[in-house]
Amino acid sequence: MDLYEYQGRDVFEKHGLPVLAGGMAETPEEARAIAERVGRVVVKAQVKVGGRGKAGGIQLADTPDEAFAKASQVLGMDIKGHTVHKVMLAETADIAEEYYFSYLLDRANRTFLCIASVAGGMEIEQVAEESPEKVAKVAIDAVKGVDEAKAREIVAAAGFPAEVKDQVVDIAVKLWKTFVAEDATLVEVNPLAKTADGRVLCLDAKVTLDENAGFRHPDHEALEDKSAVDPLEQAAKAKDLNYVKLDGEVGIIGNGAGLVMSTLDVVAYAGEAYNNVKPANFLDIGGGASAEVMANGLEIVLSDPAVKSVFVNVFGGITACDAVANGIISAFALLESKGETVNKPLVVRLDGNNAEAGRAILDGANNPLVERVDTMDGAAKRAAELAAAGA
Amino acid sequence: MAIWLTKDSKVIVQGMTGSEGSKHTRRMLKAGTNIVGGVNPRKAGTSVDFDGTSVPVFGSVQDAMKETGADVTVIFVPPAFTKDAAIEAIDAGIALAVIITEGVPVHDTAVLWAHAVATGNKTRIVGPNCPGIASPGASNAGIIPADIAGPGRIGLVSKSGTLTYQMMYELRDIGFSTCVGIGGDPIIGTTHIDALAAFQDDPETDAIVMIGEIGGDAEERAAEFIKANVTKPVVGYIAGFTAPPGKTMGHAGAIISGSSGTAEAKKVALEAAGVKVGKTPSETARLMREVMSGN
Repeated sequence: MDLYEYQGRDVFEKHGLPVLAGGMAETPEEARAIAERVGRVVVKAQVKVGGRGKAGGIQLADTPDEAFAKASQVLGMDIKGHTVHKVMLAETADIAEEYYFSYLLDRANRTFLCIASVAGGMEIEQVAEESPEKVAKVAIDAVKGVDEAKAREIVAAAGFPAEVKDQVVDIAVKLWKTFVAEDATLVEVNPLAKTADGRVLCLDAKVTLDENAGFRHPDHEALEDKSAVDPLEQAAKAKDLNYVKLDGEVGIIGNGAGLVMSTLDVVAYAGEAYNNVKPANFLDIGGGASAEVMANGLEIVLSDPAVKSVFVNVFGGITACDAVANGIISAFALLESKGETVNKPLVVRLDGNNAEAGRAILDGANNPLVERVDTMDGAAKRAAELAAAGA
Repeated sequence: MAIWLTKDSKVIVQGMTGSEGSKHTRRMLKAGTNIVGGVNPRKAGTSVDFDGTSVPVFGSVQDAMKETGADVTVIFVPPAFTKDAAIEAIDAGIALAVIITEGVPVHDTAVLWAHAVATGNKTRIVGPNCPGIASPGASNAGIIPADIAGPGRIGLVSKSGTLTYQMMYELRDIGFSTCVGIGGDPIIGTTHIDALAAFQDDPETDAIVMIGEIGGDAEERAAEFIKANVTKPVVGYIAGFTAPPGKTMGHAGAIISGSSGTAEAKKVALEAAGVKVGKTPSETARLMREVMSGN
């Protein structure tokens, strides 16, 4: 889960990192109130996408009235397809130098990595490309972490100026503590700035949290911006389903993340021959596909108005196909008992564990909306064809 | 011969008395796995009956190894306890630890991996969030259904469980030496490269099918490894060509970040290394069929 900058700033502050005073506002009135408290402020659009400065999403405001005006201007702005619903207001700083500092996951080396540079303020990828000698990459041992000695190694490798070394070492240690304590997969400070009076401050905060670690961070759930999530994704999450909304017409339900990803691809290829219909969603119902899970999944997928047909693609490994078939049949009954009309065609492919029994159950149910196709490619083609016909 | 897991492997199960652990212990026994014990400190000294086979429970991995000579452990404990269970297995010096558990925090995996490295890499770690290893007809450590395919001469390595099953099913008439599910998390113990190297050296494997998915650059690195080190034919499949960037597709590691981790980049890298890459699972199976009939 990616946090907004204002949430990242709060996380940094909680762990004792030097940040500027400020707050988040959803209305110009709230922005004015914060400016009255803080003084001269920067108004920054809160969007989870880069390049907001260039898009006009960062504005200076000298007075509370100006903060009101600038916030009115930024709120509602569209930045690369993201509508701005929140702004952060932060105390201004007289910046003398801009640096870069981050900790992140290093998948290739199965550990963590520190990236630090004295050339901050712009995209670090750009710095790495233009002047790679200015970017220090230091591997961090997950067990040993970053103590003062390690922090000094990083600071030396990046070549931070002598007058800020001790402050950066302190920040490096605290930022590592933040990274571990919050189960983050990324903490990035860009810029890490030196002010004219010689202080080093975290002027931006980019934080990504590991959702797998949610069980030890009950406070993280409140950081999720439910309003920014697609309503279907939200409904799926409430039912504990692994669902991602896409922009096509063929609803997809399958078991196992890899098989579902593969199903999306196969449907997209098949769709090329049928008006370019595409998958409407990713939905992995996981290993134990009970009738209830299948009903929940079907309910979500069918409630998507863009969906014209549904492809249920199951390879019975541990799950038995007869249980899946029964799940589909009772899902229809369950949805109808809730007063929902099911009128979109379903193409079902069952293979693997008890596939014959599962297919027999589908045939026996004789539901005109359910069509059985026994290969993944054939079923994808049929689902695409039905979606194109229904569109 | 198979790689890493053979008919001589003596397997213990950490979390055998839990619901998932006991369900899959029963299945592994049925598949012919030589399960010699379970581990649960609170139930040490007892035993569990699985359809007439009595399996003793030990207080620690070390005790189980001392009493039974176990050399493989399969870990089914919940995410919050997985790191400690794996570190216990590493400290006991077991040869192979297969971590099935899904949802392990990545900091925990990083720590257990760093611990394994710091203590000399004596334990091969597979997973977490994986279906395990199956050497059809010999042994089965994990949750891969034993009856999909029989023994044969194809080696399979995959990030995905169900795609492993699908591919085994497509090629069931040819059969497999070993199938390794390495898992879909951002940090995993055994990688595609480790499996490719082992299959290259395995006299009972003639060709390798490698299944990848979006996220990270493991497939690109595997492609470089294949180019330099693998002489046996490799057929590849990558899932997630149509996945949008920035969205996690089920597996914690399956995410395109910016422009990196795309299926297209992986396919291009593999093809440049001489790997035939199928567009779909069925086409991949057909490519492997061609390879095997040409032998």
